[in-house]
Amino acid sequence: MKDLTDIPTAKVVMDKPDTRNRLDHMAQGVIHKGLPRPDGPLKVAGVATYAHEDQPEGMLTGVLVRAPVSSGKMTGLNAEEIRAMDGVRGVFHGKTFLRNPAQGTANEAPIQPDGEIFYIGQPMALVVADSFEQARHAAKTVKLQIERSDAVTDLSKAEAEEQEDQYSAQGDLDGAMKDAAFTVDQTYRTPGHTSNAMEPHAAIAQWDGKKLTVRASCQMLKYNVNELADSLDLEPSQVHLLTPFTGGGFGAKLGISHEAVAAGHAAMELGAPVAVVLSRQQVAEATMRRSETVQQIRLAADAEGRLTGIGHTATVSNLPDEPFAEPVTQATPFIYRGENREVGMKVKRINSMAAGSVRAPGEAVGLTALEIAMDELARASGVDPVELRKINVPEVDPSDGRDFSSNTLVEALDDGARAFGWADRETGRTDGDWLIGYGMASATRVNMIGESHARITLEDGKVLVETDMTDVGTGTYAILTQIAAEMLGVDPAHVTVDLGNSDHPKAAGSGGSWGASSSGSSVFVACENLRSRIAEEMGVEETDLTLQDGIARAANTQRELASFGTLAVEGVIDAGKTGEDVRQATFGSFFAEVGVNRVSGEVRVRRMHGSFAAGRILNEMTARSQCLGGMTFGIGMALTEELMFDPRDGHLVNNDMAEYHVPVNLDVPQLTVNFLEERDPWANPMQAKGIGELGICGAGASIVNAIYDACGVRVRDLPATMDKLLSGLPDL
Amino acid sequence: MRPFDYIRAEAQSDATRAGAEGATIIAGGTNLLDLMKLEVMAPDKVVDITRLDLGEIGEARDGGLRIGALVTNSDLAADMRVRKNYPALSSALLAGASGQLRNKATTGGNLLQRTRCYYFYDTDQPCNKRAPGSGCGAIGGASRLHAILGVSENCIASHPSDMAVAMRMLGASVEIESEDGETRVVDLAEFYVLPGEDPSVETVLKPGDLITHVILPAPRAGRQTYRKVRDRASYAFAMVSVAGRVSVQDGRITEAALAFGGIGSQPWRDGHVEEMLVGEEPSTALFAKAADALLADAVTQDGNAFKVPLTKRTLIATLKDLTAEIAQ
Ligand SMILES: Cc1cc2nc3c(=O)[nH]c(=O)nc-3n(C[C@H](O)[C@H](O)[C@H](O)COP(=O)(O)OP(=O)(O)OC[C@H]3O[C@@H](n4cnc5c(N)ncnc54)[C@H](O)[C@@H]3O)c2cc1C
Repeated sequence: MKDLTDIPTAKVVMDKPDTRNRLDHMAQGVIHKGLPRPDGPLKVAGVATYAHEDQPEGMLTGVLVRAPVSSGKMTGLNAEEIRAMDGVRGVFHGKTFLRNPAQGTANEAPIQPDGEIFYIGQPMALVVADSFEQARHAAKTVKLQIERSDAVTDLSKAEAEEQEDQYSAQGDLDGAMKDAAFTVDQTYRTPGHTSNAMEPHAAIAQWDGKKLTVRASCQMLKYNVNELADSLDLEPSQVHLLTPFTGGGFGAKLGISHEAVAAGHAAMELGAPVAVVLSRQQVAEATMRRSETVQQIRLAADAEGRLTGIGHTATVSNLPDEPFAEPVTQATPFIYRGENREVGMKVKRINSMAAGSVRAPGEAVGLTALEIAMDELARASGVDPVELRKINVPEVDPSDGRDFSSNTLVEALDDGARAFGWADRETGRTDGDWLIGYGMASATRVNMIGESHARITLEDGKVLVETDMTDVGTGTYAILTQIAAEMLGVDPAHVTVDLGNSDHPKAAGSGGSWGASSSGSSVFVACENLRSRIAEEMGVEETDLTLQDGIARAANTQRELASFGTLAVEGVIDAGKTGEDVRQATFGSFFAEVGVNRVSGEVRVRRMHGSFAAGRILNEMTARSQCLGGMTFGIGMALTEELMFDPRDGHLVNNDMAEYHVPVNLDVPQLTVNFLEERDPWANPMQAKGIGELGICGAGASIVNAIYDACGVRVRDLPATMDKLLSGLPDL
Repeated sequence: MRPFDYIRAEAQSDATRAGAEGATIIAGGTNLLDLMKLEVMAPDKVVDITRLDLGEIGEARDGGLRIGALVTNSDLAADMRVRKNYPALSSALLAGASGQLRNKATTGGNLLQRTRCYYFYDTDQPCNKRAPGSGCGAIGGASRLHAILGVSENCIASHPSDMAVAMRMLGASVEIESEDGETRVVDLAEFYVLPGEDPSVETVLKPGDLITHVILPAPRAGRQTYRKVRDRASYAFAMVSVAGRVSVQDGRITEAALAFGGIGSQPWRDGHVEEMLVGEEPSTALFAKAADALLADAVTQDGNAFKVPLTKRTLIATLKDLTAEIAQ
């Protein structure tokens, strides 16, 4: 048994670039290669325990009750009637209930409005019963007593607040627009989106009188523990979260949500384990939406298509007093050149479900609009769309003069064009009723890391990795296995990765594409420390040490790893000056071929390619899957996904998966992905950057641009559903 | 879901008797159970008919088919007689739902599936179909899925079925057994009722009625098709669909049958439109005129007005396909 009290810490703060490329000098040869997810077999066999699957004896079930009106004050409910119903054990409401889930990294309870209603669908009460069926029926029977008040539910009537701190301008954009050879000045609209993770939000809470243990579906445990404790008036040390597997989050599980708080509250009140799972409809209407956006984009270019100005101002919405505003213009300051620039944001306050992080907040919709505008500029100037982007790639970040840590946009554009056969595309082609078109777009996403800890124990030649990091289906188990196996020279089968336990060292969590870089680096740092200690014992420099297949080799000696006894260390990585000294981002390109049905305006993507650069690719297989998923989201964003709200009361109309249309198999054609070879020394000691969200950022624009190429209809209001194309289609 | 009693019918009379006493029939359950979970439908008693002997496709005396109410959508679509003589029906079935659902969904249940109107599904919203007298949320609200033909000021819900559209075009009728043991046959044209005053009444069925079969008349000459236009490639209800059969002889249309989905409060058929085509030479102008006649009385909302041009284009293209050898 290892003694946890006496474990040393090894810490790296990213204050300067790490150009050593240490992972390239290791001998095991497992990094970068496609290691299948070790958790995969558990998942297909149904033995991976998601939040609602590890059920304690005597578990009760709670179902949340929604607010039926968009504003008002709840004054009571028919509790007596409900308590008398079959199997009902308790009815709860009041000040513990959240208005909406916490925003990502909030680290404190979200607003707990104590019965005040802000939107239709807000969870107002919890009914707990012996069985799920009893609880659901009782919840449905609840009648809330409500004093209604006025609400703002029609966006077109809501006032927009300028976000002063998010405004910046350089030069004279109006002047540049006047003097330009070619301009684009258009308004683009994207609708709300929802995450729709496969596993709905779920929690099972157990209270032993001192400590609350919650099995929950979360993305960021170190923050979630504090958020849950704060919501329930507990000390963080009284909360234990378990999330070994998360069935997708896409931002919707960054912050603690209704189900965990309600389950915790009821478990403490009833002294019995309580499970709460959100229904599909509740996930849709009470967790997080991506805000709709209205984006004005202005581009000014000279006769060759070189940009002299870029303007990007956006209006988004959220509930009153909710701090998050979809960061629409996040990529605009650095992706293209131009001396005259302006970015700005406005927020409208509305009585509609909370807006928060959903699948690449910012670039997913902001870059998509900008890349449609770039296509319009390409058409106006007659410059090939790929060429137009290439000539506008800046030398340094044009908004502040900082160097890029690396900028591979040109290479990604060239690689994508080659792989797709862009130069050989045949325009004006038809295939039966289908008009064929081609489009492309750039990809970029900001890159960052967050403080992350991991404990590594080497014992008997086997490696144990422990951290509270989550695996949201992305492959954390796989890459942490690979990093440890590579650094310590063991077969991946001899590495055990133990995640999702809040008692473990605290990781950055999964979100913002920073999980692999942050958590992976903490493992890397820990492993480097163990390598040094092994080298020291062997009397050599760490750089002269070779670890492979469980053997340590140096000079003329070799020893089995098992012979070093038990070695343990906590590795820590933290963001430092490299996050500010340079502009860090990932880059890529998208190419799409679509068919537009000349009769109906139905659009089908026929093939799609993405080329991406994100520093060192840790696992080609899981990285590729992330990009395939991102491009699939791009198809949804371009063609089908749209949260529909009724402006009369602000309620979400299409709150299930039958009517919120994500792409189905038949909507997703052959997708291909290339990775560019890259090491980014500024990012972290692994020279790897985030890959999770890059595949979404701009993807939809390549499709919308291809629609224009196919039928001449420019869609500026996503999704590009048939009704928006009909009037521009040829006569029959 | 409200607690309910469950009865299993061993004979058809068990089902009709239970129905007369207020039980709701359950077949595949793919629609009813979803609605019960949401308490959009909340029967006290459910009678399961899946053990009844209604799973066969037999031949009708006149050369048509007699399809048992429990024949699954998958089996019906795959039946060689259906594929050969009623290809529009096979295509329509395969254009609906997903493989898993079609394995469970039955012929009777498909005819009686309820609308997918968002307001019907949300018990905190007004809906005259679910809660008569509460109003219609869809009018002035979200209406992308909604009907433009056969609507009333009380309801604009569309009938979601693909199968029923093809059956309507094929001239199918429904065989019904009632509580007294009598059997009657109702033409699909008479089976559904318009929303009018009380949209909660959708068919001529009375408590205790059991659909036992759907009868397809003997196959008729002509080319058939089913064209479904939808928001994604699969697993989405029709924005508009057209089931059609047209025969052409000596350059003239001799017979035409057309039915429409996604635009009507019931599977829609308009004899007047068919009459306009018969005896004429196929042409785009003729098809456009027929489409205009079909849509003359369309009542639209902001969210579904596009269905007028969409239907027109889809009908023209469908008729062109069906008459392709002759059309210029
Ligand atoms: C996600 C989803 C997508 C779908 N997409 C499509 C689509 O694209 N196109 C399409 O056409 N359909 C679609 N469907 C609907 C599907 O076709 C129906 O749910 C199915 O056909 C219903 O058949 P069932 O046997 O399951 O009916 P049930 O749910 O068992 O019953 C439905 C109704 O019929 C009544 N009933 C059933 N049998 C009889 C009988 N013999 N006599 C009297 N009353 C009876 C029941 O009382 C109930 O009211 C979809 C369904 C889902 C869930």
